[in-house]
Amino acid sequence: MIAASAFYLFSAILLMSAIRVITASNAVHSVLFLILCFFNAGGLFVLLGAEYVAMTLVIVYVGAVAVLFLFVVMMLDINFEKLREGSRSYIGMGIVLGLVMLAELITLYAVWDENAIGATGGTAATGASSNTEIIGSVLYTDYIYAFQLSGLILLVAMIGAIVLTHRRRSDVRRQKVAKQVGVTRDDAMEIKKVEIGEGLI
Amino acid sequence: MDIGTMHYLTLAALLFTIGVFGIFLNRRNVIVILMSIELMLLAVNINFVSFSAALNDITGQVFTMFILTVAAAEAAIGLAILVVFFRKRGSIAVEDLSNLKG
Repeated sequence: MIAASAFYLFSAILLMSAIRVITASNAVHSVLFLILCFFNAGGLFVLLGAEYVAMTLVIVYVGAVAVLFLFVVMMLDINFEKLREGSRSYIGMGIVLGLVMLAELITLYAVWDENAIGATGGTAATGASSNTEIIGSVLYTDYIYAFQLSGLILLVAMIGAIVLTHRRRSDVRRQKVAKQVGVTRDDAMEIKKVEIGEGLI
Repeated sequence: MDIGTMHYLTLAALLFTIGVFGIFLNRRNVIVILMSIELMLLAVNINFVSFSAALNDITGQVFTMFILTVAAAEAAIGLAILVVFFRKRGSIAVEDLSNLKG
């Protein structure tokens, strides 16, 4: 009973905030509602017994992706009201397409027999050890190549983002490390013989 | 009242539809389109995890992790492109993105 009401609570807030994400006129509000979405999805994952994925969702999305969105939205000086102009004409088409897609999915679920699929032969999701331990035991053995590949994807994304956004500005005075290191004693020092009673100049 | 896989699948279908509709509703605003894509990926993740719980198979949760990775990389690259584009053009309207059109 408590699990059922928790499911309905989380999913109601999830859907409401998802609708607010796409309808909010202020993009900062959109990002904040997106964060609320991810929190509630994390709650649903905990209900499903996937604690590790739930915590990863909160850490990766709320901690990194949503903050990234927030940074970009706040740093760029964008007139969001102007961007919304003219999108009204696409609402009808969007509603039709969305309803068709939803009807298709619901039809699919209606004809699908939940009990038709049997055991998959994979590693059991529940057992004596914790959820995190089971994921770790599978992720680092059966899926090691996929795991390494996802690390590579993140590396490429990181390098790509840096290369894309890095710019060399000509109006700033920057430190020339090579020139500093390359200075020799002859460049920097000059020995003068100063006669007694006379100045340098 | 028991919460089964079908409840989660229906929720994910609704969330995915909201994501698709968001792309139409905000078709000029790249940032909200990226957020709609995140919503759709979240719906897919809910499907994966609910099937993982229903079939008692950990593979669904492992695959969810890979989806999370790709989604994070995609958001980072997309926002980087957005920042560069805004620096060049002073706008993020999707119509202005047709420079490369032949």
